Amino acid sequence: MTNHWVDIKNANVIIVMGGNAAEAHPCGFKWVTEAKAHNKATFIVVDPRFTRSASVADLYAPLRTGTDIAFLGGVINYLLSSDKIQHDYVKAYTNAPFIVAAGYGFDDGLFSGYDAAGRKYDKASWAYEMGLDGYARVDETLQHPRCVLQLLKTHYSRYTPEMVSAICGTPKETFLKVCEAIATTSVPNRTLTFMYALGWTQHSVGSQMIRTAAMVQLLLGNMGMAGGGMNALRGHSNIQGLTDLGLLSDLLPGYLTMPREQETDYQGYIDKRALKPLRPGQMSYWQNYAKFHVSLMKAWFGDAATRENNWCYDWLPKLDKVYDVLQVFELMHQGKLNGYFCQGFNPLAAFPHKAKIGAALAKLKYLVVIDPLATETSCFWENYGDLNDVNPATIQTEVIRLPSTCFAEENGSLTNSGRWLQWHYKGAEPPGEAKPDADIIAGIFLKLRELYQKEGGVFPDPILNLTWNYRIPRSPSAQELAMEYNGRAIADLPDPKDPTKVLVQKGQQLDGFAQLRDDGTTACGCWIYSGAWTEKGNMMARRDNSDPSGLGNTLGWAFAWPANRRILYNRASCDPSGKPWDPKRRLIGWDGSKWSGVDVPDFKPDVPPGDAMDPFIMLPEGVGRLFALDKMAEGPFPEHYEPFETPIDTNLLHPKVISNPAARVFKGDLEAFGKGTAFPYAATTYRLTEHFHFWTKHTGLAAIMQPEQFVEISEELAREKGIKVGDKVKVSSPRGFIKAVAVVTRRIRPLQVGGKTVHHVGIPLHWGFTGVARRGYLANILTPFVGDANTQTPEFKSFLVNIEKIS
Amino acid sequence: MALQSLDIIRRSATTTPSPGQRKTPEVAKLIDVTKCIGCKACQVACMEWNDTRDRIGTNHGVLDNPVDLTADSWTVMRFAEVVTERGLEWLIRKDGCMHCADPGCLKACPAPGAVVQYASGIVDFHEENCIGCGYCITGCPFNIPRLSPKDSKVYKCTLCSDRVVAGVEPACAKTCPTGAIVFGTKEDMLRHAEERIGELKERGFARAGLYDPKGVGGTHVMYVLHHADKPELYSGLPKDPAIGPAVELWKGAAKPLAALGLALVGAGAFFHYVTKGPNEVSGEIEKEFDDEK
Repeated sequence: MTNHWVDIKNANVIIVMGGNAAEAHPCGFKWVTEAKAHNKATFIVVDPRFTRSASVADLYAPLRTGTDIAFLGGVINYLLSSDKIQHDYVKAYTNAPFIVAAGYGFDDGLFSGYDAAGRKYDKASWAYEMGLDGYARVDETLQHPRCVLQLLKTHYSRYTPEMVSAICGTPKETFLKVCEAIATTSVPNRTLTFMYALGWTQHSVGSQMIRTAAMVQLLLGNMGMAGGGMNALRGHSNIQGLTDLGLLSDLLPGYLTMPREQETDYQGYIDKRALKPLRPGQMSYWQNYAKFHVSLMKAWFGDAATRENNWCYDWLPKLDKVYDVLQVFELMHQGKLNGYFCQGFNPLAAFPHKAKIGAALAKLKYLVVIDPLATETSCFWENYGDLNDVNPATIQTEVIRLPSTCFAEENGSLTNSGRWLQWHYKGAEPPGEAKPDADIIAGIFLKLRELYQKEGGVFPDPILNLTWNYRIPRSPSAQELAMEYNGRAIADLPDPKDPTKVLVQKGQQLDGFAQLRDDGTTACGCWIYSGAWTEKGNMMARRDNSDPSGLGNTLGWAFAWPANRRILYNRASCDPSGKPWDPKRRLIGWDGSKWSGVDVPDFKPDVPPGDAMDPFIMLPEGVGRLFALDKMAEGPFPEHYEPFETPIDTNLLHPKVISNPAARVFKGDLEAFGKGTAFPYAATTYRLTEHFHFWTKHTGLAAIMQPEQFVEISEELAREKGIKVGDKVKVSSPRGFIKAVAVVTRRIRPLQVGGKTVHHVGIPLHWGFTGVARRGYLANILTPFVGDANTQTPEFKSFLVNIEKIS
Repeated sequence: MALQSLDIIRRSATTTPSPGQRKTPEVAKLIDVTKCIGCKACQVACMEWNDTRDRIGTNHGVLDNPVDLTADSWTVMRFAEVVTERGLEWLIRKDGCMHCADPGCLKACPAPGAVVQYASGIVDFHEENCIGCGYCITGCPFNIPRLSPKDSKVYKCTLCSDRVVAGVEPACAKTCPTGAIVFGTKEDMLRHAEERIGELKERGFARAGLYDPKGVGGTHVMYVLHHADKPELYSGLPKDPAIGPAVELWKGAAKPLAALGLALVGAGAFFHYVTKGPNEVSGEIEKEFDDEK
């Protein structure tokens, strides 16, 4: 979230799209209720299904799964063509006036620089035109034919309401009603918030769906505003913490990035990331990259990390490619992996094309599962008939289960969607032999280190030199780990304003990342978490909910990264002269000498209004990007591409380029994609409120609430297929089948798409072959093995199936 | 004595005065159907607080589960897909005991003290006195009480009388994430409902209103409905609930007659004993009885 849960109450218009907050985030959903009750907010749901969220919405718009870019591109077209944008904001705070390089182009579904054989782009032309002064050129009149605003207009002029309706199946009048509601927030004193979740991320164009909505928000002037922003609802209590701490294969903690294999030179690695300003006077905060990186290396390797050895840069693995989950299982499937550690996650259930995942696991020599539950993955070798039809005799993988604790059985912090690190305390002793994950990992590490100490090895250095100063080495405490990620001074830190004074004494906890140095005098395990455990103690455990402004910015409650800031880009809540766009939403203000207010300013605190510095300080141009330069895999403007399995077998905008041309598809998987002729129905998987993923089928109460697997279809499809309420049906894709009870509902309706009727089959995903609920089929038996071109998040939300009644 | 036994205003099949020393205000639970998202947290909280566990059932082709009230499920969400002038609506209603001011169950119950009504308005079953006859089920205009096959006693929502007596809200109200279930004095709840109805009318629900049916003297569980003119849209919520005529007859006009009949039978038996002496068992029957053993 750029904003946070409580801030939803400040919105005037709330759109839930690419998510189902009432169903999947019922507790956070209370803030929608608040906005409706106390802010008279309009609540809109856009979804293929009339969901629980839709049941309390003012307006519901159906759309075909996977067509959100077409819908939102249509919104952009509506806003531009009816002149419903916040002009001052767009001109001052976005890259609308920037001039794009002459080589950039878009034609018939492809951007300039496409390499068809490699399924990727040479992105050199996706750039600004640079002036002789070394800065990007801009046209403040916004009239230059190659300025971003003009290119944006041209790009989305194809997304007419008629085209939106033809692609999405949304009735034109309903689409226009949504546009009108959105457009009401183009004035400075009204805001719109987007609440989304995996309904956007889990598409082959997922990142671009989110980007399209972010562009809408920039055009409306809603970024940085209370009640505005782009709000990702994270699907797990600590999944935000997972990404923050860099557990994705190409990330280091705090969104620092792993070096690629050609980046053998330390300074080159830093320079590429320490971005120089693209416009005069911009902060371009990533210029501090080396401070964060060196402090990380000091946290990891202590005294062994020196200036002379480039802070152990050579010890970092260099990526030849991204090892996302699909890539790893592809390699496993090819027999190229011997062992796999699976911690707190259930890939047999959670990844697409279950048959492929199971076959891959069977090729391992060993599989270690660290989990509180007996997951399907840890039982992948057991035969459960149709549910898991394997022959244990042919599987030689040794499976080791290490029982771990649940969150309530340990101290620690969880980072919620709003970036709040909230400390919690152990509520119960773990059962049996269960141990905290940290203890399990510590045990494995200490044994490994012992083996390296005894037996040596080709490259023992990083293991032997890893900092491990925990009071009980086999059991690092949550407090010790938290203090480590906050960071501390390794030497006395002089005050930059008065070098005769010491700002932080050697050994003390740091106040925040502003104190980090690139000279090896600070250590910090995750720079964005710096400030969470200072000399004043555990900031995450704070529970002061006083809210002087009434805007819900409770700075004394827990700790929000970065720097306890609650609303990102909040400098953009004031106009360039420093006046709040909306006095009722005053977050920060200039007090004559510095910025201050009810939020921590997202800006250099002593730079006065009227200065050249713009609000988006993380970006080298200082303004929000309507044109994404080379940051996205498939183009600088989002374009509608069909899901890889599309029920219409074409793309109405450009029939020659149907699906994402830059998405990675493995050999063998392309052939396994279904076609609309054999698998005519658009399918989508999702959660139900009664369950959490594949976990809660292990608990009796949740199993009572929703005991048995079902799928949802429309009354029309049911009639066509002779299916009645409660009948057993078989749903199949090219990758397998599931059997379930049919819920026949008016909440799913056939959509008219380009002259064709498209039916949806809704597939809740919670059942499997372990647990106490009735046994069922893993929904991912059906889903395709392809992901988003940028993140490789699998396309669980749009694929094709057939359905038939089991007689 | 348990505290909640000290403010009873009515007991089933009892003529002696009820203990009424404690003073408690009249309470109500207000269920704002227009805020409910059907998450079933209330169903879970109910089972957790009351330590009941229904069986893990099956899917019946709907999202409702458990599909009906049982002796273990004292509340269930009922999902109705209806088409109104506003288009498709998914009306989700939390069903359970309404805690009528004039409770049909209490009226119908022949077991002394098995059904009680507190001064707070809560209608509670004291199962130790229940004889499992099921008359309360017949007497209920909302079809709420359920006979347990395990112990042949009847169970239903207690409005968490054991929590309320200690000054805390019912478990369902405590857990509801959207504030669709609120609890307080009936007076406060009526005021809150009025505000909500005003807001709904502003939002275009011209027929929004309160469900507090007079046919049962009003209830201590009330609903805010978007379509108060058509309560039956909400999975058959009765429009004008009233205690059935059979119960009214049985416990109304017929009751003194029945009592008179019972007295006559007693008197007859007494006179028979006085005039004829005790019944004697014949030797033949006694022999038969011994043979069976």
